[in-house]
Amino acid sequence: MIRFLSRRILSGILTLIAISGVMFLLFYVAPNDPAATIAGPQATNDQIDQVRARLGLDMPVIERYWLFITGLFQGDLGYSFFNKEPVLDSLVRRLPATASLAVGGLVVALGLGVTIGVGAARKPGSWRDKLGTAFVLTGLSVPTFVAGLILLYVFFYLLTVMGLTFFPAAGYVPFTENPLEWARHLLLPWITVGFVAAATYARLVRSQLVSVMGEDYIRTARSKGIREDRVVYRHGMRNVLTPVVTQISLDFAILMGGLVVTERIFGINGIGRLAIDSVNRGDQPVIIGAMLLASLFVVIASILVDLAYALLDSRVRVK
Amino acid sequence: MPEPTVDAPTDTTLDNQPSVSAASARTGVAARSPFQLVWSRLRHDPTAMVSAVVIVLVIVAAISAPLISGLVGHGPDEQFRKEGLTPSGLPTGPNDQFLLGADNLGRDLFVRLIYGAQLSLIVAFVATVGALGIGTLVGMTAGFMRGKVDTVLTWFMDTTLSLPQLLFAISLVSLVGPSFGTTVVVIILFSWAPIARVVRGQTLSIREKEFVEAARSLGASNWRIMRVDVLPNLVVPILVYGTLLIPQAIVFEATLSFLGLGVLPPTATWGNMLAAASTGSMYTIAWWMLVFPSAALLCVTLAFNLLGDSVRDALDPRQTLFAKKRRVTKLKKKEIAE
Repeated sequence: MIRFLSRRILSGILTLIAISGVMFLLFYVAPNDPAATIAGPQATNDQIDQVRARLGLDMPVIERYWLFITGLFQGDLGYSFFNKEPVLDSLVRRLPATASLAVGGLVVALGLGVTIGVGAARKPGSWRDKLGTAFVLTGLSVPTFVAGLILLYVFFYLLTVMGLTFFPAAGYVPFTENPLEWARHLLLPWITVGFVAAATYARLVRSQLVSVMGEDYIRTARSKGIREDRVVYRHGMRNVLTPVVTQISLDFAILMGGLVVTERIFGINGIGRLAIDSVNRGDQPVIIGAMLLASLFVVIASILVDLAYALLDSRVRVK
Repeated sequence: MPEPTVDAPTDTTLDNQPSVSAASARTGVAARSPFQLVWSRLRHDPTAMVSAVVIVLVIVAAISAPLISGLVGHGPDEQFRKEGLTPSGLPTGPNDQFLLGADNLGRDLFVRLIYGAQLSLIVAFVATVGALGIGTLVGMTAGFMRGKVDTVLTWFMDTTLSLPQLLFAISLVSLVGPSFGTTVVVIILFSWAPIARVVRGQTLSIREKEFVEAARSLGASNWRIMRVDVLPNLVVPILVYGTLLIPQAIVFEATLSFLGLGVLPPTATWGNMLAAASTGSMYTIAWWMLVFPSAALLCVTLAFNLLGDSVRDALDPRQTLFAKKRRVTKLKKKEIAE
């Protein structure tokens, strides 16, 4: 177990180093010059050179990369070109908002997806199943930003017009400040992230559960007189969990994309928002930092999923 | 896209049955029958037909965009600040001059919607063809060559799949600047890996089949086996993935444009139109700016997804078997003749 974990963590670190290397290389070969962007359109060549020296961009790319990597191991991601703030600080400051959004969104996605999937699978071909299929197809077709805009229009604008002001239009309140306000502000963003992601889980749970329910051991469980609910949730779902967990790790990278869009629509000042702003400003250190942080999450998620296998499936544990 | 109503043959299932329609087919009797089978199944699937009709309508509208624009008398980027905006500068709603209303700059939403469809479809088709090409090539090479080549290519697939796509995409856009070309390249870059993975899996099993062994014993080169024996057996998954990739590409483009990192304004794209609706909460005073582009986007992606599902249902594994048999005899005859 420990050997497995350390190998996974090591390969995760290598992946992150590879990603940062690719990013460095791409920024190096890119046609636009960050120094010129930051110096402004009226800057003379001398001024641009000064900016370049100040940002350390006049060093060879290998040397810059080496400095970056050694800094990385000391928890130093460099400084923003734009406001000279340490990249790590601005990422950490925005992390709670993004993490709240991600965790809540995942909970909504799993809750909605499993409920709908199980409901559909218990009676294939029923009206419930058809409703579930309709949900899945809508969820798979609707882009996150359209879902967010429509939710905002219906639940914020139309309700407010009707005199019911419950949902705020935008913003984020830290959990530590006021948990209720935190949830109130995040409810619509959670649904936005969760609704789109739920479709995948609903479809997966339905198809897996339908085939599992045809297995012999389910018939045995039923013939023992176990209540149907228990058969479905204890016996059937047990074998559905493994593919669902796999899907979570596969979806994690896509979920990140949903966060970027949702943060933009609901005015949440998280890491996705920071990434977009930095892209517009040409703020390379922050872009690389945000990318690395997101990749770190994906790596951690995949390690956690591998651990979850061992918990869920005793066959994996024996090996 | 063929018309759904042309000749309705009564044959439905067996492949030796459609001798009548096969005889009426002008060329390649044997080569066509698997597709005729699928086609007859699709024709009896109402969902597939409705989706196909929606897609055809959208394609027709997109092609005739300049025509429609001429008929209405409004260009896609033309601003009608007098007619399209109220005296206080707010957009006017749907009326007989602006069928679906005007946007915040007094442009005709209907005309822009159709030009947006044109752009969405072009981006989606180009990106899908590109992703299918790369995905098939990489997946087939990995599955067929196995060994080190497979390890390296699979590593590339897995890494691409585990990257935070949208974040990586916007970083890439920041390097070269947003444009039509960048958008297509970025979509291809993040769409080929799932196809490559599926194709690789299929190739792994196909390469162990007897007909591949037969081809090899007849002295066919790797390239020839991949092209003649493996590729035709991959048509089914490629076709299904292709149909399902189109809506994903449309959504990807719309998302990038919405974030201001796709095809840049003033070009009419659905993502740009929705970005305009969301900027400064425009949609609260002009619901049409939100509702119509959203509906268009949803309709098209839904239609492609439904069609993709139906195509998958219609393409039974039986067809793959049939194609294999045909290929073996063809190769043998050819090789023997040589």
